[in-house]
Amino acid sequence: MADLDGEFEPVLVGFFCNWCTATAADLAGTTRLQYPPNIRPIRTMCSSSVDPVYILKALLRGADGVFIGGCVPGDCHYVSGNFKERRRIAAFKTILDTLGLEHERIWLRWISAAEGQKFAATMREFTAKMKELGPSPFKKGWSI
Amino acid sequence: MSSGNGTKRIGIFVCHCGLNIAGVVDMEKVVTEIRKYPGVVYAADYQYMCSDPGQNLMREAISEHRLDAIVNANCSPSLHEKTFRNVAASEGLNPYNLEIANIREHCSWPHANDPEMATRKAIAIIKATIDRLKLNAALEPAVIPLKKRALVIGGGIAGMQSALTIANTGYEVVLVESSPWLGGHVSQLSSTFPTLDHPACLIEPMMAEVASHPRITLYAYAEIEEVSGYVGNFVVRIRKKASFVDTAKCDNCGLCFDPCPVSVPSEFERGLATRKAIHIPFAQAVPQRPVIDNESCIHLIRVKSQGKGDSRLQTPDSRLLDGSECRACKEACPAGAIDYSQQDRLVEEEVGAVIVATGHDLISRDVLGEYLSDPDIIDGLQFERLLCPTGPTRGAVKRPSDGKIAKEVVWISCAGSRDTERGVPYCSRVCCLYVAKQTLLYKRAVPDGQAYVFYMDIRSDVMGTEEFVQGMVEKSRTMYLRGQASKIFRDGEKIKVWATDTLTGKDIEIAADMVVLALAMVPSTTARVLARKLNIICDQHGFMTEAHLKLRPVDTLTSGIYLAGTAQWPKDIPDTLASASGAASRILSLFSRAVLLHEPAIAFVNERVCVGCEQCVSVCAYKATTLDPDKKVARVNEAVCEGCGACVVACPSKAMKHKNWTPRQFFDMVDVFAQEYVGEG
Repeated sequence: MADLDGEFEPVLVGFFCNWCTATAADLAGTTRLQYPPNIRPIRTMCSSSVDPVYILKALLRGADGVFIGGCVPGDCHYVSGNFKERRRIAAFKTILDTLGLEHERIWLRWISAAEGQKFAATMREFTAKMKELGPSPFKKGWSI
Repeated sequence: MSSGNGTKRIGIFVCHCGLNIAGVVDMEKVVTEIRKYPGVVYAADYQYMCSDPGQNLMREAISEHRLDAIVNANCSPSLHEKTFRNVAASEGLNPYNLEIANIREHCSWPHANDPEMATRKAIAIIKATIDRLKLNAALEPAVIPLKKRALVIGGGIAGMQSALTIANTGYEVVLVESSPWLGGHVSQLSSTFPTLDHPACLIEPMMAEVASHPRITLYAYAEIEEVSGYVGNFVVRIRKKASFVDTAKCDNCGLCFDPCPVSVPSEFERGLATRKAIHIPFAQAVPQRPVIDNESCIHLIRVKSQGKGDSRLQTPDSRLLDGSECRACKEACPAGAIDYSQQDRLVEEEVGAVIVATGHDLISRDVLGEYLSDPDIIDGLQFERLLCPTGPTRGAVKRPSDGKIAKEVVWISCAGSRDTERGVPYCSRVCCLYVAKQTLLYKRAVPDGQAYVFYMDIRSDVMGTEEFVQGMVEKSRTMYLRGQASKIFRDGEKIKVWATDTLTGKDIEIAADMVVLALAMVPSTTARVLARKLNIICDQHGFMTEAHLKLRPVDTLTSGIYLAGTAQWPKDIPDTLASASGAASRILSLFSRAVLLHEPAIAFVNERVCVGCEQCVSVCAYKATTLDPDKKVARVNEAVCEGCGACVVACPSKAMKHKNWTPRQFFDMVDVFAQEYVGEG
């Protein structure tokens, strides 16, 4: 994606847990906190329902970064889903490394429903970082 | 379940929300774009879709254009998903064929400075929602039968309050108490703050009502062995411990107590008196029946050790008692109620909901190194027993070591509480108040005595208790000294307490006759084991954890199981009863329904693909997935599944699916979002 000035604008896909990060995003909106519009939100019931395959699919389809937002450890709406996702993402990242792909494009963060500020700040940070990384090589080499 | 087929007639309703959305997002552009999107047969925008005219617009469009699936693009689903699903349902649509595209909180508001990109993003969000909707199935809530019968675990004041509330409403209650008698810690108290009334007045009517209630089945001296099932349908196995007394025959004449040759410290008197192996704890105990304690009865020990002997049978002069010959109680019993052959019995009860009211204990004194195991250093509950007119000293404040009246008594507050190094980090909440009460009652019992209290802070946050503490300080002329004791040690007749008064900076030494430790409240020792059986969660201290501290304070995360009293955290009596009533009312509201309806967007198994690897079983936090023993495939209990989707990801053969949250739907959404790149080459 390129904006009007031709500057690189990353395509970002976010998987937001319904009980925390999606609600934090609601709060960020309600309090009119501003963050870059690059992130495309997908609500999930739990971070643990985000299959690494969805992430891979997004990257292969052209996303420059994928964000997964879950509940703060110890506060998972489904008891321990966030821990399950943490393990999966850790394992997934090592696989990406092995394939020579950039695991830095995948962010897993804990943002509670009360943390609108943190959500907006994290989105700013995520977008800036992905801009810095530049266009994802996935889409050049692997575009399907 | 009918599967989505992509041939739905989809209607889109885009809300301006005044200028909240329309002020940023170009409504005309959105509607024009979306009208062209495959599957969309109708698209409209309106100022306030949630208003009556907005809802009517939806209704008319649904019937006019024969819509069978709808995307509402507006605010967060947490606000109006229900509103619009009701509108759809009123026109005969399945509510699960309506999805919300959040273009306000997630788009127009946070991107107010970038209308161009916000419009683009709004269109993308709506398109992705359309694609997910295309594969949505029409779902009906699962109907679960409901057994309108409650289990209450714990027969203290919390458990009794819950049981009576439910039973008096007309439902049956099974009450399980691990000790042989009802009453819990409240029955040990001498009086209660701030009203100074006698606890017997609180609990004895409750105990009597529980024991005689036609709708309460009481299992005293019983434990929860196993819990299976789920909300509305729990099956509970209860171990009724052998009491070796036939309750049908025993008329509680009391003739068996004196002949018993065994004498051990009484648990009820917290070691300040002794009891026999066959005993009841206090005269008004309910149920009114003695129990033989098989840990101290020499007959039962002898039988159990099969004549091999046991250290408990050894007398001080190293003789072995031949317990098997002791039949003192049996011989004394005129009713023939003693039965040494009695065994534990397992019973099974079916209930629809459970209340956990297992209460608390005091922290072990062993963790507090400097507080010696001296007989004259006692805990707060022991002091309650000393003050109690029916206690071991008939209310006289006598030192346990020599029976002399204690003329100088030191209280140590926060003994174990607010102590991150040796004790627990939390405040036990009741100690400041009962210490104030005890100092006053002490002055009444020993008018020429002097009370000292070492404290960190005085916490009196409950209504009326601040005035109560202030009043006590003045009335009892207690010396309140701010600081923790640094050393407590025996010095001849006295117990020396060294401390620093942190307000004056002076070192203090008090030669006391007795020291009372206001020990921290901790969960009962069996809490963790029980929590595991119930599949509910404990915090790091072992207190059982509520589903939500503010919104669901008496619920647990396992539906149908509720918390009452100090099993949850330290509470005083009013808070305990409030939570017990709250838990009971949660069950009554559950029981007010004919059947239970459960959210249908949950996991399901494709049996033809499942290989029975049990990955889904191990990953489920709710034990909702099990392996069918015959077919060797996974099963989802639709009453228990909460629909998190963890098992879907864990399933290596992709046999497990999450209704309306399928991988295909996620892929399609991802495609819409990532396509923005592809679209531009």
